[in-house]
Amino acid sequence: MLRRALRLGLGPGLLGRGLGTHREGSTLAWDGKVSEIKKKIQSILPGGAWSPLCDTSHLPPEHSDVVIVGGGVLGLSVAYWLKRLEKQQGAIRVLVVERDHTYSQASTVLSVGGIRQQFSLPENIQLSLFSVEFLRNINEYLAVVDDPPLDLQFNPSGYLFLASEEGATIMENNVKVQRQEGAKVCLMSPEQLQKKFPWINTEGVALASYGLENEGWFDPWCLLQGLRRKVQSMGVLFCHGEVTRFVSSSNHMETTSGEKVTLRRIHEVHVKVDRSQEYQPVECAIVVIAAGAWSGQIAELAGIGKGPPGTLQGTRLPVEPRKRYVYLWHCPQGPGLEAPLVADPSGAYFRREGLGNNYLGGYSPTEEEEPDPGNLEVDHDFFQEKVWPHLARRVPAFETLKVRRAWAGYYDYNTFDQNGVVGPHPLVVNMYFATGFSGHGLQQAPAVGRAVAEVMLEGRFQTIDLSPFLFSRFYLGEKAQEHCII
Amino acid sequence: MAAPRASLRLVAPVWNGGTSGIRGLSRAVDPEGSPRKGRTLLRFLADRFYDVEAVREYLLQKQVLKVLQKNRFQDKEWMRPNGRGLSGELWKLREVPVEAVDASGCAINYQGLDNLLALKELQSLSLQCCPHVDDWCLSRLHQLANSLRELSLAGCPRISERGLACLHHLQNLRRLDISDLPAVSNPGLTQILVEEMLPNCEVLGADWAQGLKLGPEEQTRDTASSPIPA
Repeated sequence: MLRRALRLGLGPGLLGRGLGTHREGSTLAWDGKVSEIKKKIQSILPGGAWSPLCDTSHLPPEHSDVVIVGGGVLGLSVAYWLKRLEKQQGAIRVLVVERDHTYSQASTVLSVGGIRQQFSLPENIQLSLFSVEFLRNINEYLAVVDDPPLDLQFNPSGYLFLASEEGATIMENNVKVQRQEGAKVCLMSPEQLQKKFPWINTEGVALASYGLENEGWFDPWCLLQGLRRKVQSMGVLFCHGEVTRFVSSSNHMETTSGEKVTLRRIHEVHVKVDRSQEYQPVECAIVVIAAGAWSGQIAELAGIGKGPPGTLQGTRLPVEPRKRYVYLWHCPQGPGLEAPLVADPSGAYFRREGLGNNYLGGYSPTEEEEPDPGNLEVDHDFFQEKVWPHLARRVPAFETLKVRRAWAGYYDYNTFDQNGVVGPHPLVVNMYFATGFSGHGLQQAPAVGRAVAEVMLEGRFQTIDLSPFLFSRFYLGEKAQEHCII
Repeated sequence: MAAPRASLRLVAPVWNGGTSGIRGLSRAVDPEGSPRKGRTLLRFLADRFYDVEAVREYLLQKQVLKVLQKNRFQDKEWMRPNGRGLSGELWKLREVPVEAVDASGCAINYQGLDNLLALKELQSLSLQCCPHVDDWCLSRLHQLANSLRELSLAGCPRISERGLACLHHLQNLRRLDISDLPAVSNPGLTQILVEEMLPNCEVLGADWAQGLKLGPEEQTRDTASSPIPA
């Protein structure tokens, strides 16, 4: 009898037979209950999100070493390099706070996706050179076990900058700097240009610079997803919420010359959960602002710029959102497969998209014509009046074209000198910036992420020296002006 | 007098077994039906134990770096293939400009191309079925624009139409073989666009009608002509 009982108890048939005698509906309900119970047990065990007083599984953790505000390509790049350069695996706990997990307004995914080395500042060229090397070897950097490799859809077609008479000398100097840093750029006269690209109208062009290698465009969404999944596999926590408050403490100190300074340190970041009034105070050691177009607002929340104007305390972060339109049009007689990303001296630009004679392009408006950045509505008249005339003048085939789609995105525009803000804040000792790139953030993201991680971990820039991009330049008035801005 | 056509052949790929690991990486996501019970067990363990996960990541990194290491080794081999046997001959041929290189099936990659691009008189280059030649490598070929007349890229699994777009620098090219490129999305259309881009070049590749759907009269003609067995 004992043996029979044992056989009944241990055999797989007992529970199965018991379930089998129930009706269909309640079998399914039982299955659901089993998985619920399993989940509850998992959450109660150590490491789970259950706490005896209330359920906090939807909230971010209470403590985190680094909080990165903004989950776009720059924020994720900083998180990736932090985890990669940390001395011991799992030493640093990183939390990425992103307000919109669909990235519907993020500059990263709305970007045209170009990468170039044709800048005027050597630091920008170095950043772009490292980033292109990162993209080329992306499957070594971002390999995740069991996941397929990334295909960035990189088009190595290069950038073609056209310069009028006034801009020719500046272009020549820029190309000299670019060549010194290792970029492969060639200068072309109007005749050479006409021979190489017969569909261009070289009227008004005195000089052209053409990137031969390591320039082109790629799919930013793929880079973002690749970074996201790699960073998740490295143990970075993600939080879907919005930063509403910083809690900090001040320390009054004196410099060696006797000046009084107030140093601040952020202790807590209040993260508000989406669609709810609940918030979680996250105690943190370091905060990184990589919020793109909204970095100015976040910096104000942190109290940067609250002080008498003209002092370091009163220096704001001069990053604000600027709306830019991108139009996709079809032109059956347009430039062929060899078309690079052409940037006209007027500021209009276009590039080929796919194989079907479709082209993407836009135009950066002047200060007076800046559209209202309150929303991302597209102004189609802008194309008719401002973009099309320049395009049609430069490429006669574009006189007959048909706009298929258009969208708008934000530049995290640095009103001071249109270059990024990287590194620590001089007064708020544990806050770092990685923002303000004004339209060339995506192409410099891998290198900037590494630079910020180096500053956070080692205390100084090690591979690329980005001291001209520190926050203190806004107070000192030292512009790191970039001339080649599209 | 014209220099002899020195056709140097790189060392035959010794590690076909090794490439399967890398090819496994570049293959698209496997269909669910393929029996990889061992892989699912490893995945199950890796999800639950940190040690197993760490070991798997370490092995993956090593696998990924293997290609780079093997290529650096190959670079040295390029100068002295097969140990001492051929070095005497090569020494005599040092001054001879290399006109043709057949690197079919070789594991040459972006860094390895440094050696080929140094050959400024190269007229014919065959990179058929090279598993690591991709769009990035093609963007480097502009350095051979003055001399290159013949280029073959047939069967390279990583080349897409985006890389073919940067072949327009090679205006002296007279023969280009772009057949059997699995990563090119639209072979017929790409063929037409490449022919437009390189007007003086004979482009071998897909037939331009490949992939086109038959018109209605051609379809009925086909079904009428196909014999129905009695």
